[in-house]
Amino acid sequence: MLGAGGGTSSYEEVREAADLIVLWGSNAREAHPIWFHHALKAVHRGAKLIVVDPRRTTSAQWADLWLGIDVGTDIALANAVGREIIHAGLVNEEFVGRATEGFEAYRESVEPWTLEEAERVTGVPADAIRELAHAYATAERAQLCWTLGITEHHNGVDNVFSLINLALLTGHVGRYGAGLQPLRGQNNVQGGGDMGALPNKLPGFGDVENDADRARFEAVWGVEIPPRNGLHLTGMFEAMEHGDLRALYVIGENPAQSEADQGRTRRLLSGLDHLVVQDIFLTKTAELADVVLPASATGSEVDGTVTSSERRIQLVRKALDPPGEARDDIEIVYELGRRLGYDLGSPKPEDVWNELRSLSAAHRGMSYARLEELGGIQWPCPDETHPGEQFLHGRLWDPVVAKRAPFTPVVDDPPVDVLDGEFPLRLTTGRRLESYNTGVQSGGFSSPLHRNGSALRLAPEDGARYGVADGGRARVVSRRGEVETGVVYDETLRPGLAFMNLHFPDEVETNVLTIDATDPKSGTAEFKATAIRVEALA
Amino acid sequence: MSAVSVSAPKKVVELTVDGKAVRVTDGATILDACKRAGIETPTLCYGDTLTPVNVCRVCVVELEGSRTLVPSCSRKVEDGMVVSTDSERVRTSRRLVMELLDSSVDLSLAPDAQRYLADYDAKPERFGPDAATVAQEVKVDNDLYVRDYSKCILCYRCVEACGVDHQNTFAIHVAGRGFGAHISTELDVPLPDSACVYCGNCIAVCPTGALMFKSEHDMRADGSWDESRQEVVQTVCSFCGVGCNLELHVQDGDIVTVSSPDDHDVTRGNLCVKGRFGFQYVQSRG
Amino acid sequence: MDLRFPLAEPTEAERAAIDAVVGAPGNGNGRVVRGDRHRRHLLLPSLRAAQRRVGWVSEGALGYASRRLDVPPADTYGVASFYALLALDERPAEVLHVCTDLACALAGAEVPDGAHPSPCLGLCERAPASLRTVAGEAPREIQLPETGPPLPQAGEDGLRLLRRIGAGLDPTSLDDYRAHGGYASLTRALELGPEGVRREVSESKLLGRGGAAFPTGTKWEAVARQEASPHYLVCNADESEPGTFKDRVLMESDPFALVEAMTIAAYATGCERGFVYVRAEYPLAHERLEGAFAQARAAGLLGDDVAGAGFAFDIELRIGAGAYVCGEETALFQSIEGYRGEPRNKPPFPVEVGLFGRPTVVNNVETLFNVLDVVAEGGAAYARTGTEGSTGTRLFCLSGHVERPGLYEVPFGTTLRALLDRAGARPAKAVLLGGAAGSFLRPDQLDLELTFEAARAAGATLGSGVVIVYDESADLVAAVLRIAEFFRDESCGQCVPCRVGTVRQEEALHRLASGATLGNELETLQDLAQVMRDASICGLGQTAANAVQSAISNLDVLVPGGAAP
Repeated sequence: MLGAGGGTSSYEEVREAADLIVLWGSNAREAHPIWFHHALKAVHRGAKLIVVDPRRTTSAQWADLWLGIDVGTDIALANAVGREIIHAGLVNEEFVGRATEGFEAYRESVEPWTLEEAERVTGVPADAIRELAHAYATAERAQLCWTLGITEHHNGVDNVFSLINLALLTGHVGRYGAGLQPLRGQNNVQGGGDMGALPNKLPGFGDVENDADRARFEAVWGVEIPPRNGLHLTGMFEAMEHGDLRALYVIGENPAQSEADQGRTRRLLSGLDHLVVQDIFLTKTAELADVVLPASATGSEVDGTVTSSERRIQLVRKALDPPGEARDDIEIVYELGRRLGYDLGSPKPEDVWNELRSLSAAHRGMSYARLEELGGIQWPCPDETHPGEQFLHGRLWDPVVAKRAPFTPVVDDPPVDVLDGEFPLRLTTGRRLESYNTGVQSGGFSSPLHRNGSALRLAPEDGARYGVADGGRARVVSRRGEVETGVVYDETLRPGLAFMNLHFPDEVETNVLTIDATDPKSGTAEFKATAIRVEALA
Repeated sequence: MSAVSVSAPKKVVELTVDGKAVRVTDGATILDACKRAGIETPTLCYGDTLTPVNVCRVCVVELEGSRTLVPSCSRKVEDGMVVSTDSERVRTSRRLVMELLDSSVDLSLAPDAQRYLADYDAKPERFGPDAATVAQEVKVDNDLYVRDYSKCILCYRCVEACGVDHQNTFAIHVAGRGFGAHISTELDVPLPDSACVYCGNCIAVCPTGALMFKSEHDMRADGSWDESRQEVVQTVCSFCGVGCNLELHVQDGDIVTVSSPDDHDVTRGNLCVKGRFGFQYVQSRG
Repeated sequence: MDLRFPLAEPTEAERAAIDAVVGAPGNGNGRVVRGDRHRRHLLLPSLRAAQRRVGWVSEGALGYASRRLDVPPADTYGVASFYALLALDERPAEVLHVCTDLACALAGAEVPDGAHPSPCLGLCERAPASLRTVAGEAPREIQLPETGPPLPQAGEDGLRLLRRIGAGLDPTSLDDYRAHGGYASLTRALELGPEGVRREVSESKLLGRGGAAFPTGTKWEAVARQEASPHYLVCNADESEPGTFKDRVLMESDPFALVEAMTIAAYATGCERGFVYVRAEYPLAHERLEGAFAQARAAGLLGDDVAGAGFAFDIELRIGAGAYVCGEETALFQSIEGYRGEPRNKPPFPVEVGLFGRPTVVNNVETLFNVLDVVAEGGAAYARTGTEGSTGTRLFCLSGHVERPGLYEVPFGTTLRALLDRAGARPAKAVLLGGAAGSFLRPDQLDLELTFEAARAAGATLGSGVVIVYDESADLVAAVLRIAEFFRDESCGQCVPCRVGTVRQEEALHRLASGATLGNELETLQDLAQVMRDASICGLGQTAANAVQSAISNLDVLVPGGAAP
């Protein structure tokens, strides 16, 4: 995005400087609670909060304005907002002219999206859309923040582009207090990508298919790196389907429960010649494995670094020994390496990190000593005198911008799993405050918040329509499978919209229902839009 | 439109504390000035990350020109102020505050309060054996933390932490009036029926142990709690991507409680239920 | 806010009562919801409405008020449980509150079965007094006895504050008010202009009559200068100091004077909205004030264009719920805003940060009544009455062992003895001056000149003008114990010196009274008096030991081996 792969702004800017925060497809109150503290401090000092979400979530309940869009209509809304900003004369002409390219094509692409047309498609009243557009364009410093509501769609990458376009239109990027923040869901998903655990990336933002980038690594590693991008997770499952991929090494991921269209996932994993799983628990995926390598828990059993949503690298420290025969993940990798014929030595985490620093300009200045002293550093940090970059893309405000930021026109494309007579109800999935992903880590403690956790949530009117009582049970059916579950009435849902989470797969395997329609660019599936029907159970 | 933030430089204020000239920036409190002058001031309800409520009154100082003593934790400095922190009036008030508290509340787990009782030669027994107290049963209504309001000094910190200062969940507030005032959920319903989200941010700010991890409570009860055998390791939470720093308190190879540093910019000492209590998955051995 | 409302549903009656205060619920359209976080100030009126409808505040009413006003239920419970007149347990529709406070105790108050003891109801001239509350579709409160003795000085020349009342004014008629000269002051104020009015008030050296005796002109000037807006005007009519009933008489018998005076104050200080915060136990004052507001509005004397002079001002009545501490100005703000009546720390002062965080003028009822004469005759002329340090006249509330209890108006400088004579006081062994927050005077101290400065010099205070006479038969120990009980009961509970100090004070006094002492009570009481005076947040704690200490040191009450009670 805009050349870098991280959020542009720090939490401090949200807390101290932003006068408008837009949460689009994010329920940060429950999914990023401490980030939301920063947003609330802003709200308490007078900043406005606008939330775009099909559900009136706990985040939306804090908003000055909530837009309850229909699932999967984000591009329609974003394009209408863009068009309204243009027609109202609120474009930041100076910024657009100096720092961007492709405005004309963008303008043409959003022209059909009148407020009325957007109302028809999204379900949100025209005047609310207008209000969002004007608020965003006239704010002094706006933060546009999103998570899985934007990315867990078959056109997730396009959704993101539609938001970036708005920031470019208004100049809310590249300066203190204004920016774009994808809130990262896991404690080191940012770091994982930054370190090259992506099929097209080398550690430190190099590209696999860039000869010069590969050459730098080849010189240090002493091997030839295949010059082609690898497969992302969806690509891997497709390759399994075709018999092209026959062995899998899974580290700290539980696809047997987290992937969409579980039935297919399980079938493909079971069909592999060889499955190795490295994890701290015997997950459902590990149960399918030929070999399980018990590993260590990040955050308590290893030393190392993780990267947060504000691009901040911080040290994790070992507090406990891993149990039994479990070993440090780095140790597992170099032990495997030795047996596979490549001697990595026996590096400590800091050794690995220092090698990374030598190869990644963005991390070069982040020695463990400096990370310790400063309590964490945001990348890029090119040398040991640099404090870390608080916000990105400041170059867009240079008098002459060498590399202009591009508008990316995108086309609205409704969810793949269409609603029809047989599957009339839109199911969207998401998260809960007390739980985490497939519940492996968060199922370990008991809290009153876990109560009724696995239930399907229905608008009371839908409960009545389908004959299921509040607290009753139902069978939920999609085109791919069915599950039985408890039912809870939820007034934050409007009729036609249902909600389930993925946290209690041993009770309710939500992902049996979801569709594996993925964005080819990101590989993320459309978890947010499933078509279901609900059948009451006695 | 500037790319960087620039805030106006702050004015410097000069005042006299116990005869010494002290300079602090405008907007600082008398407590800040005392710290600058190396003078130790007792505080109980004051919290670094909380809005001062100045209800305990133990931090009071004498201010020339003021009829009453003033709370140093919240009173902003002004040029020319003349402050005494060690006068007879100040010592008497601080002693009485400690005597009143210790005669009505169980302060056994409040190390700061114990120090002040000694420093000011407090004699809480002066009020006799029938002095009214807030002694009551410990509230144990969930598996994560307990409430022992026998230890509550009504410092309001938990209300603030649960309220607008941090969590904004408002699960608890002060109810009743006068000596009967107490911290409560609506109609005193048990926590599982209340709005509590088990973030533990109230525990983090409680100065007396009235709010406590259940793990700690149980270990104290069976005699296994031993802070001298505990190590605190600072790391990063393993759940979402915000990057909260955790302080894992480890005793004999087990995590017993979790906190977060008050001066950590991301958390200011606050966590969510997963960061605070979600460590059990690490404990499962075998 | 993401609040949870797990409480029970309200009954239809409770729902209707609360809807009448907050408005009918809107229809969310399910797609767009706008946040609205600023309705909390309707919380206390909602709870009061629910209580008046069904007799108590149920879980359903609590939950419904929380939901309609976006207030966390724990907060609502905190507010509801703060006020003595809000019942959180089911009660019968009719309740009798019987005053057992100072004057009524002297008159032999008795609390029958099923009735509730009450602190001072402000009906001291008719002691023993009580208040009957009746909940239902037509709720009402009745002050008993319904009438009291006539105004002692009725018909006298020289009355100023009590001039119209003394002349038989009809309090329900704007026309009659005008016939008695009403609204001449406002006319004069409009000629003077806001600055001119403030100048006259400053020149008059008018000091506040609520107890703090702060220069009114200084207060008005400070607010008028504030750039922050809006400005608010608050009339403190909470009048709960035991022995006080002057503001009650003024509001019941001359309500238009308060309206006119507030209008002048608002004009002079740039306020468009005024509030009168009246204690719950004054239903007749509520009725008379609402009637006066309505008539004034109809006559264009309140509203968007007052008297055609081009400024806007209107007044709202706010009613308390049984908390003496809400007479403290910042606690009063908290109460109006929908919070527990817990005093704020000062600084900042109300003139800068007051109601809703805005610059606020707070004036006592009697202070405002004085403004009418200050404006009409000019500040300098006004200042010729009274003394150099205490200008004008002062209202005193005489009760206890006197032949002619009631409200008296005398110029400052009159001696206490002269006032006692006018009221027909019996030979006294003690006189309580200033209220429970005041002090007991000995018989040889009664030549005290009634001025702020003389009282201060004598270590006493005029307070809210209370004068309670204790003759030889009076039980002073009971009076002292009652005063200690009063403060302990009324303490808001925020700060340690007052919350625990008032308890310890009462405990020590009871030990002295019973004789089962520890031997250190006098020293303990003195230490408690010092810490409460020096370190409490507000005036309640700061004065909670005054009367007790004066009884001990002036009268040897409860001193082991001292004078007989």
